[in-house]
Amino acid sequence: MTESSKRDWPLWEVFVRARRGLSHQHVGSLHAPDAAMALRNARDVYTRRGEGVSIWVVPSATITANSPDEKDAFFDPALDKAYRHPTFYDVPEGAKHL
Amino acid sequence: MSGDGIRTLPPLAAYALALGDDALILSQRLAEWVAHAPQIEEDVALANIALDLLGQARILLSYAGEVESAGRDEDDLAYLRDDRDFRNVQLAEIGNGDFAVTMARQLVFSAYQYELYTALLDSADATIAGLAGKAVKEVAYHRDHATQWVLRLGDGTSVSAARMQAGLDQVWPFVAELFDPDDAAARLPGVAADPATLRPAWERYVTAVLSEATLQQPEPGWRSRGGRAGLHTEYLGHLLAEMQHLHRSHPGATW
Repeated sequence: MTESSKRDWPLWEVFVRARRGLSHQHVGSLHAPDAAMALRNARDVYTRRGEGVSIWVVPSATITANSPDEKDAFFDPALDKAYRHPTFYDVPEGAKHL
Repeated sequence: MSGDGIRTLPPLAAYALALGDDALILSQRLAEWVAHAPQIEEDVALANIALDLLGQARILLSYAGEVESAGRDEDDLAYLRDDRDFRNVQLAEIGNGDFAVTMARQLVFSAYQYELYTALLDSADATIAGLAGKAVKEVAYHRDHATQWVLRLGDGTSVSAARMQAGLDQVWPFVAELFDPDDAAARLPGVAADPATLRPAWERYVTAVLSEATLQQPEPGWRSRGGRAGLHTEYLGHLLAEMQHLHRSHPGATW
């Protein structure tokens, strides 16, 4: 694997849904020349032991992320507001994946 | 065990061995790419294909041993036969060449295996039909993987197109042998697939891919023959030496 070929192939983020009823989970990333190949590579790298029923691939470059510098402004205000947490409800028996 | 072993096998054992040897030998070849492919993702993809083929080979070689009833198991058949006793088509054993050669070989071979296993879904032999049911899904993916690369390289840059065409030209002489009559298959009506009947559907698929990839189908010229009868290229001995040396040096070794 040369450095130039690594530069040529863009990075993709891979999301796999383990089974019906669950949401897609981020499982990792990989390099691929285009979306169709990214999907196939994702199948080979992340689902070969029967992990999934659905795969999404997303170009990493299209993801907008918050900056670590904004951590306080983004997340600190949530810490002291217990009333925002759904801890006052009884979860019915048999409700899974909450 | 010497060169006359093939003729003495019951037809069903010889047939299972032929298909099993195709899968085993190509699996070994593809595994050579691991850590050498253009990207680590492609290492994984080729290893997956190789492992699918190895799984098919294990079932077929075990079955061949069982039908033969001479006490040989899959390991005996894989590791203790010499080249003249192998029944694989020569296409499976030729060297990997560059990535384009490997993809050209994978396209023509997977397209052949796809038609073969599709035909064997209706085999009167339950083991063969069962294997075909599982393998046809694996092979559909192998065929798709090779197709994706042949399209991209063939209809890519001028350099990739030239190398893809060269890869296709290199494997093409080994294609006709896939569809040659085979004694074992001919003696198993309803169980085996007549290789010649697989060709029209194979041709439709491969021709469509080559045309979309803007590649030229090579002209017929010299062509290989005789892999099923134990006649092989100089490539096979080297492959077997590497594949078999551990088992032969340390009989019964496990880990």
